[in-house]
Amino acid sequence: MINVRDLGVNYGNELALNNIDLDIPGNRTCAIIGPSGCGKTTLLYTIAGLLKPSAGKVLINDEEVQGARRETGVILQNGGLFPWKTVWDNVSLGLKVRKFDKSAINQKVAAILEELGILEHRNKYPTQLSAGQKQRVAIARALVLEPDLLLMDEASSALDAINRELIQNLILKLYKKNPITMVLVTHSIEEAVFLGQTIVIMKQAKINHKINNPYFGDEDIRSKSDYYNVCREVRELLRGEDEEQ
Amino acid sequence: MTGDLSLHIIISIFRITTAIVISLGIGIPIGLWLGLSKRADAVLSPVTYILYPIPKVAFLPLFMMLFGLGNSSKIILIISIIVFQIILTVRDGVKEIPTEYYYSVKTLGLNRWQIYRNMVIPAVFPKIISALRVSIGVSIATLFFSENFATTYGIGYFIMNCWVMVDYIQMFAGILAMSIMGIVIFKAIDLMERKLCPWI
Ligand SMILES: Nc1ncnc2c1ncn2[C@@H]1O[C@H](COP(=O)(O)OP(=O)(O)O)[C@@H](O)[C@H]1O
Ligand SMILES: [Mg+2]
Repeated sequence: MINVRDLGVNYGNELALNNIDLDIPGNRTCAIIGPSGCGKTTLLYTIAGLLKPSAGKVLINDEEVQGARRETGVILQNGGLFPWKTVWDNVSLGLKVRKFDKSAINQKVAAILEELGILEHRNKYPTQLSAGQKQRVAIARALVLEPDLLLMDEASSALDAINRELIQNLILKLYKKNPITMVLVTHSIEEAVFLGQTIVIMKQAKINHKINNPYFGDEDIRSKSDYYNVCREVRELLRGEDEEQ
Repeated sequence: MTGDLSLHIIISIFRITTAIVISLGIGIPIGLWLGLSKRADAVLSPVTYILYPIPKVAFLPLFMMLFGLGNSSKIILIISIIVFQIILTVRDGVKEIPTEYYYSVKTLGLNRWQIYRNMVIPAVFPKIISALRVSIGVSIATLFFSENFATTYGIGYFIMNCWVMVDYIQMFAGILAMSIMGIVIFKAIDLMERKLCPWI
């Protein structure tokens, strides 16, 4: 579904991505992990059509990405919720601009808020929510548009350990219920192994390793030793890069 | 006889609110334009910087020659004070909108007009309210000054006239009325903020 070809992105003179090649098949999940500043967000935003490549291209369903795509849902690093809109209005905005009629909007928004357990907060403003609730609203805002591709930037990094696992479980549950292509960026090894069918390891504007994660999809994986073996493998690959320097 | 105090107050409030409404009407679109267009900002902001610091009361004689002795010249004088504050506040407010909000509206698929309505205007609105609060004090002082010329109405005229007539009781009543007018205007702005920016 996604084909990244020889992609390069600069900020002025700074090379943020260099010669990136990546293929993500449809309806699978891909976790991109790497140290802070290695270019994860830049890669995700370029796939989203928010940043323009300076070299190469991104293809989605064989079409070159030229700008934000209607069927791509994006969850921005801090959620990107509008503080001046209530939970309900934040989530319904995308449907409104897509000209859905009022009853369809009401039904869809209520259903997704219910599913994510935030329906009772529908009249609150984002500042009145906890970090975990805000992240759920951001997820609802993306999913209510029924995207075929979901891009997530550090979906759980702003959360405490307990809420982080809850959000990760939620994302896995949503994926299993309705498998769409998911690309998630994270700096957490545990999250990458829990949510990534493919795990891509980045380092300084480049992709260094891609590994397959055969244990993906098991909700109880955290209590199994296989999980820790994959985590260890990822950790060693990440650390190995440091030693090369 | 200077007449009924309430009439003078009403006329002063009319002059000030007209000036505020017109200033918002002119200042918000120009500020949005400067904030969103680099070229407009490069060309017009220096003009704003030249005009902004000039003490506008110096223009009262000129405005009276150009716009007549009546309400217009007084209202325009107040506009010339508030409007720059609104323009610069809106411009800077637009520039300060975090990039993530732009990314949000792009990924949700909003068009230009929807972006204004759902992002730009709400993002700068609280700042406009603060700019209004800051400029109210100067506006009242300027109004008071301008009402000493070529008018027989307005709270400024009332106070100065009572002073000349040695009617100190009425004069103090006028001063009191003027501070009450200030409170009313500030309360109106507070109310507007609560109605239009409920998320704050
Ligand atoms: N808007 C920007 N302007 C200039 N440099 C940027 C900008 N955004 C990111 N960068 C730089 O690009 C590199 C990659 O950033 P980013 O993709 O945000 O990394 P990550 O998400 O992996 O932490 C970093 O070195 C960062 O300093
Ligand atoms: Mg990042």
